[in-house]
Amino acid sequence: MRTQPGLLAPRQLLRSLPDACRKLDPRTLWRNPVMFIVEIGAVWTTVLAALHPSVFGWLIVGWLWLTVVFANLAEAVAEGRGEAQAESLRRAKADVVARRLTGDPDTPEERIPAPELRRGDHVVVEAGQIIPGDGDVVEGIAGVDESAITGESAPVIRESGGDRSAVTGGTRVLSDRIVVRITQEPGKSFVDRMIALVEGASRQKTPNEIALNILLAALTIVFLLAVATLQPMAIYAKDVNPGVPASPALGEHGVAGVVLVSLLVCLIPTTIGALLSAIGIAGMDRLVQRNVLATSGRAVEAAGDVGTLLLDKTGTITLGNRQAAAFLRVAGTPEDELADAAQLSSLADETPEGRSVVVFAKQRYGLRERTPGELTHATWVPFTAQTRMSGVDLDDPKRSLRKGAAGAVADWVRGHGGDVPAELARIADGISASGGTPLAVGEAVDGSARVLGVVHLKDVVKEGMRERFGEMRRMGIRTVMITGDNPLTAKAIADEAGVDDYLAEARPEDKLALIRTEQAGGRLVAMTGDGTNDAPALAQADVGVAMNTGTSAAKEAGNMVDLDSDPTKLIEIVEIGKQLLITRGALTTFSIANDVAKYFAIIPALFAGLYPGLAALNVMRLHSPQSAILSAVVFNALVIVALIPPALRGVPYRPGGASRLLSRNLAVYGLGGLAAPFAGIKLIDLLVRYLPGMS
Amino acid sequence: MSTTLAGILFIGSLLMALAVVYRPLGDYMYRVYTRPSHSRVERAVYRTVGADPDGEQTWGAYARSVLAFALVGILFLYGFQRLQNHLPLSLGRTPVKPDQAWNTAVSFVTNTNWQSYSGETTMGHLVQMSGLAVQNFVSAAMGMCVAVALIRGFVRKKTGHLGNFWVDLTRTCVRILLPIAFAAAIVLIAGGLVQNFGGGHVADTLTGAHQQIPGGPVASQEAIKELGTNGGGFYNANSAHPFENATAWTNWLEILLILVIPFSLCRTFGRMVGQNRQGYAILAVMGGIALVSVTLLNVFQLTHHGTVPAAAGGSMEGVEMRFGVANSATFAGATTLTSTGAVDSFHDSYTSLGGMMTLLNMMLGEVAPGGTGSGLYGMLILAVVTVFVAGLMVGRTPEYLGKKIGSREIKFAAMYFLSTPVLVLGGTAVALAVPDGRAGMLNRGAHGFSEVLYAFTSASNNNGSAFAGLTVNTVFYDTALGLCMALGRFLPIVFVLALAGSLARQGRVPESAGTLPTHRPQFAGMLAGVTVVLVALTFLPALALGPLAEGIRS
Repeated sequence: MRTQPGLLAPRQLLRSLPDACRKLDPRTLWRNPVMFIVEIGAVWTTVLAALHPSVFGWLIVGWLWLTVVFANLAEAVAEGRGEAQAESLRRAKADVVARRLTGDPDTPEERIPAPELRRGDHVVVEAGQIIPGDGDVVEGIAGVDESAITGESAPVIRESGGDRSAVTGGTRVLSDRIVVRITQEPGKSFVDRMIALVEGASRQKTPNEIALNILLAALTIVFLLAVATLQPMAIYAKDVNPGVPASPALGEHGVAGVVLVSLLVCLIPTTIGALLSAIGIAGMDRLVQRNVLATSGRAVEAAGDVGTLLLDKTGTITLGNRQAAAFLRVAGTPEDELADAAQLSSLADETPEGRSVVVFAKQRYGLRERTPGELTHATWVPFTAQTRMSGVDLDDPKRSLRKGAAGAVADWVRGHGGDVPAELARIADGISASGGTPLAVGEAVDGSARVLGVVHLKDVVKEGMRERFGEMRRMGIRTVMITGDNPLTAKAIADEAGVDDYLAEARPEDKLALIRTEQAGGRLVAMTGDGTNDAPALAQADVGVAMNTGTSAAKEAGNMVDLDSDPTKLIEIVEIGKQLLITRGALTTFSIANDVAKYFAIIPALFAGLYPGLAALNVMRLHSPQSAILSAVVFNALVIVALIPPALRGVPYRPGGASRLLSRNLAVYGLGGLAAPFAGIKLIDLLVRYLPGMS
Repeated sequence: MSTTLAGILFIGSLLMALAVVYRPLGDYMYRVYTRPSHSRVERAVYRTVGADPDGEQTWGAYARSVLAFALVGILFLYGFQRLQNHLPLSLGRTPVKPDQAWNTAVSFVTNTNWQSYSGETTMGHLVQMSGLAVQNFVSAAMGMCVAVALIRGFVRKKTGHLGNFWVDLTRTCVRILLPIAFAAAIVLIAGGLVQNFGGGHVADTLTGAHQQIPGGPVASQEAIKELGTNGGGFYNANSAHPFENATAWTNWLEILLILVIPFSLCRTFGRMVGQNRQGYAILAVMGGIALVSVTLLNVFQLTHHGTVPAAAGGSMEGVEMRFGVANSATFAGATTLTSTGAVDSFHDSYTSLGGMMTLLNMMLGEVAPGGTGSGLYGMLILAVVTVFVAGLMVGRTPEYLGKKIGSREIKFAAMYFLSTPVLVLGGTAVALAVPDGRAGMLNRGAHGFSEVLYAFTSASNNNGSAFAGLTVNTVFYDTALGLCMALGRFLPIVFVLALAGSLARQGRVPESAGTLPTHRPQFAGMLAGVTVVLVALTFLPALALGPLAEGIRS
């Protein structure tokens, strides 16, 4: 379901054009006060141009309307990008029939359309059928194809009980039979929410967007005032200079209406006003493209503000399981012999730790992996929780090997008449102290037994985590690792991974308490979770990302769902949140900085006739008053189109200190915004001067 | 010594003096506003007005206290002027007419001190001393109270309380303004200013005519006139009158008095928020803008083209010979950059661009360094707006001094910076559109326009200085400018207090590497940029029709 984030294609603009024109309806446009004012201005100038037709007047009218259309276009394009996704989702939910269990022994099940399912209904789904609604598996186990939602083609296992019980409506059961208890209300399924989200229909303004809107409204009022009060001032100025002939811009009734509107439209922050909602929609879209669904824009924005990130150790910071990292010799056993014994004794150990010993022996010592059938006369001893050992008994020569918990192997060696050197305990304690797990390897040959060495198992921190946490620190985000391990182990891993803090021996209520403390200190907290016992913490966190593989309870409690179930995604979510704010701030700065040049175009155009000295302000040396005003209006409209791609793509965010980020954005959007219109308006003037009515 | 060198020395020594008192005075004011104990005199005041000095006020209560106190002040002052013929020490003056009495009452209560009357011939000594001079103290103190309440909003967390207006007001007057004004008055008397209750002197002029020059309690009023950034002179000629400003060094001292509290309050701000560097950042912005402005004003005054200015080595028209062009320009800069409005030369006679600088200074909202207190809160509002835009650009919900700038905060800040442009531009537009407004204009053309623009800018920003050439003692101007002064003072105050209330209710966001630092040159530069750009964008069309139209020669 991933779509290409690619650049804006002209075709896409054309396709969105009808939508953009539909959005001219004032009943929808009034939500965007800045563009609404432009539309009112466009209507008024249309009337004025109709009453007093002139080429100049009609050109201005045309470009004012284009300004509004371009603004609508930005929004339409942003919305259009979600349409493909919405379409494929709609297909997934179309025409599904549910087999509802009635509880009546005569007719145990009935067939009803999926949209009629209610919360609490039980339905049966068998191989090849589509799950009719969101719910939890209460009976059975099945392989499920969730590609319609996640885009991931590998099937996942869903089973009753535990943390892998949640299923999503619209996904297909590939094998077996399950009974699902529906947990959604009609029309409010996960897929419904996704559709609304990618279409931008359910978008509500976020707190920062509201604040920015207030600021833009205030600026609009300031400029409205500056332009409105200019009229009596201009009339006075014209009155006291009766000798100066009237110009198309300034007559005895003051500034011409068309020109006044042009000035207003150029000054009010149309650029950011036009792109503001597109930026919001595109931000959500970027999340969707990374397979994250946010239930509210507020959560996305909060992600940019996150001060503390809680990360589960297992699966997020470290690979899922502990792995062999070293073979340590005891009593001078040759290393090769130890490796060989460790490998042999682990072949029957199907636990991930056991397999890691085999892999390590192969990678480090070049020992070929042997299959249990390869060795004849061997009795394999699998790992059990009772013995806490695995191993092999060989007949020829008679030899037994065991690998397992240090205590268990020590007992086994003693039981076979061997001595356990004190060295073993020392090495084992050393490994424990460093956060690892020691496994001893023992050998018994002909009634004498000895300890060969120790396997050091440790958590393996995922590659690149240290760098990412370093980035987070530079962004001002504190990372806290959550683990069930003892404090010693936790500290060792925390140090290796480079997190700022850790919470050891964590129970769900500890997690909740930690979130509350952080929040009381004024920090926003983000976390991921999948289990039902994570639900309270997910609900308490400001940004709670539930894994799609998790339980329904977790998915309900959080405000985002990660379809890829990748806990490191949080880091990307934070970046998207920040990017959203940066894009708004940068384009606001650009928009306001633009005004300076427009004044230099319009003020001399208006008044240089009255006060010739003001011609000195015409630093761009524009051709005529008409061409100057038209150029400013055209630039103002075109800059909206030019900025649609960065608005949709987002201003790039590079983790680093706030000061450097600000300097960079100020230079690009502040100074750039100051300089760009001087060049742009001059360029347009060079073209429009050849139009009729420009002198 | 050349004029330029003299000007540079004058400004340089002022800067030195300001730098020397910055820390001690700022620290002293910090202690005044944060110590819990009350002095005996203050307790007596609280008992008299019936205030509980240890009771804290919400922003609403604080605002109501400010407004009520101002209302009482206006009514009292209005009554005083209307009934002055029945009061002692009236010198036989007649009652002031209603519209002018309203204008004057509002003017002094709002720290504007716009004077549509001539002080020495309109007001008796009692009105001058117990009416106008008292307001010179309390109106200045009021601005400082509001600034302190705003700082408390930043400092406090999860509370509705902003302090107690009556305590802040009393302490400001008793512990800060009175002692400094007293000392300053003594020095000014030593410098040649008059201080008496006599009827005046008779002087023989060069032409042999007799001239009656009234005396009065001038020095005492002069000290607080400058210290409280008031600007209402005892004489119509204001600080150009030798009895108000005798020599070049009293001129220097008066400028110092004007600037000392507004600048030093930055230190108080830094101490209160617990980070002196934040105070220095604000100081740098204020000082930077002020220095550029004063320098430009000097340049425009000294180098303007034209036969007469070129011959005289500067634009001498309207300039007092005792002070010269440069020192007068510096005074003009200081008086318009603050909300003082005292003048020692005539801004109307300035070169067009020089005059425009005095206008621009006021249009900045008088934030560099601004009036006592009002300059600081104005600059802090601009800082909030700057932080908002800058904060978005670093990808976080913007925060200033640990407080989030959300929609509520932006709403109040936006209403604040909308207030004065509405009054200035609206007032000017109305004045030009109605016959009563145009009737008062003596000059036609761009200069006449500048005079009207100046009047409304001065009144709405509570400056009080005037471009002459506009007859403002008319019902229209007295009423309209009075309204501008009242709204220009109290609307912003209410918005500032509302903002303070909303900030105080918040918790505090701890600082992190992702927080935008607001003490670095980067932020200070951006704040200065926002201040200038916002003003330029708002007022450029109006300026183009006034001073720019006059001043730019092609």
